[in-house]
Amino acid sequence: MKFARGLRDGLPIALGYAPVAFSYAVQAAGNGFPFWFPILVSATNFTGTGQFAGTNLIAAGASLLLLLATMLIINIRYSLMSVSLSQKLEPDFPLWKRAIVAFGVTDENYAVAIRQPQKLTFPYLLGLMSCSFCGWLGGTALGAGMSSLLAKLLVGETGEAYYTMIMSALNISLYAMFVAIIVPPARGDKRLLLLVALSAGASCLFYFVPVLATLPTGLDIILCSLACTAVIAFMFPHAPDDPPDGESSENSSADNEPAESDPTNGGPAESGPAGASPDGERTDGKEPGGGREDGAGEGGGQ
Amino acid sequence: MTISDMLLGCLVMFAVTYATKAVGLLLVKKRITNKYVQSFLYYLPYSVLAVMVFPDIFFSTSFFWSGLAGTLVALLLSYFRCGLLPVALASIATVYLVEQICFLVC
Repeated sequence: MKFARGLRDGLPIALGYAPVAFSYAVQAAGNGFPFWFPILVSATNFTGTGQFAGTNLIAAGASLLLLLATMLIINIRYSLMSVSLSQKLEPDFPLWKRAIVAFGVTDENYAVAIRQPQKLTFPYLLGLMSCSFCGWLGGTALGAGMSSLLAKLLVGETGEAYYTMIMSALNISLYAMFVAIIVPPARGDKRLLLLVALSAGASCLFYFVPVLATLPTGLDIILCSLACTAVIAFMFPHAPDDPPDGESSENSSADNEPAESDPTNGGPAESGPAGASPDGERTDGKEPGGGREDGAGEGGGQ
Repeated sequence: MTISDMLLGCLVMFAVTYATKAVGLLLVKKRITNKYVQSFLYYLPYSVLAVMVFPDIFFSTSFFWSGLAGTLVALLLSYFRCGLLPVALASIATVYLVEQICFLVC
């Protein structure tokens, strides 16, 4: 679990982040922010979904309280990933190293890190996270620089039309990435499919019903997601410990508790990469509960 | 929107984001055992993303039809597990093509 191995695993994530970060910066510039603002946000936050919503809220002049609440609700998933990762770290992991690793917790970094058969080392995580962070920051900087350059290059009526088309096309990339995160796991799991349909329906309700549409931006995300998640979590309790839905991520973390460890995952995982690799493939491919990892499909090259 | 609004907003975003990322790694030593809390945390990201995507994705482009075309391509490719990068690029390309065609025809 060397630094170089982390860099290699982080490369596909970085390539995936770059265009998304690019369009984030372009969108921020379109919302009237100076070029340095998206770069600053990308450098300090490193979270696609949250930055996207937060920056729109700041542009809309939302209150700091609403900004805080929205960021919290969008990013609360990181807490779960963070807990999950904490169980998979190698024993020698002092607080300052954990504090650094915490900054790099993203959906894709988590997905790639958690599917590793071994315990995670600091150099590996540093390589993985710094590589994807470079893609994120580089994409943002490029987008921030290009947006004003594009505006200067494409002048005149035709130029303006092309500029609008390019920006319009890039605008969809963040949404497309989110689709790519939620669809693969929902495909094999009816509960997730129901949750996604319910959430999308509730969101449409808030978008199209005039009374609900007047609510401040961000509040709809909080209300819809909390309500829909509560309903589904109540109807189909899914504890990752449950044997039929055991996620590879959670089972791996059971290494700390030998009494509870799952033999199908615990055994090979201890014996090393050669034995554990086929097991990892099986878990990702066939078990519906393991779908979370599918979000970073291109990051899975072993 | 003043500079201080932006900096303050960025500070809030950073504080909340880092706090949510760090809380587990720094504080949680034991595993969460409550089944409903586990379930809730497991399902939440999918719901948040679905709420953010729909219906906004349809209106994220210059006009509805290009947004719809981009959405359909994204849904189709991600159904076949194409990965984030191919899905995002194909969706961008689709929107651009549809808008380009409309621009030339209209």
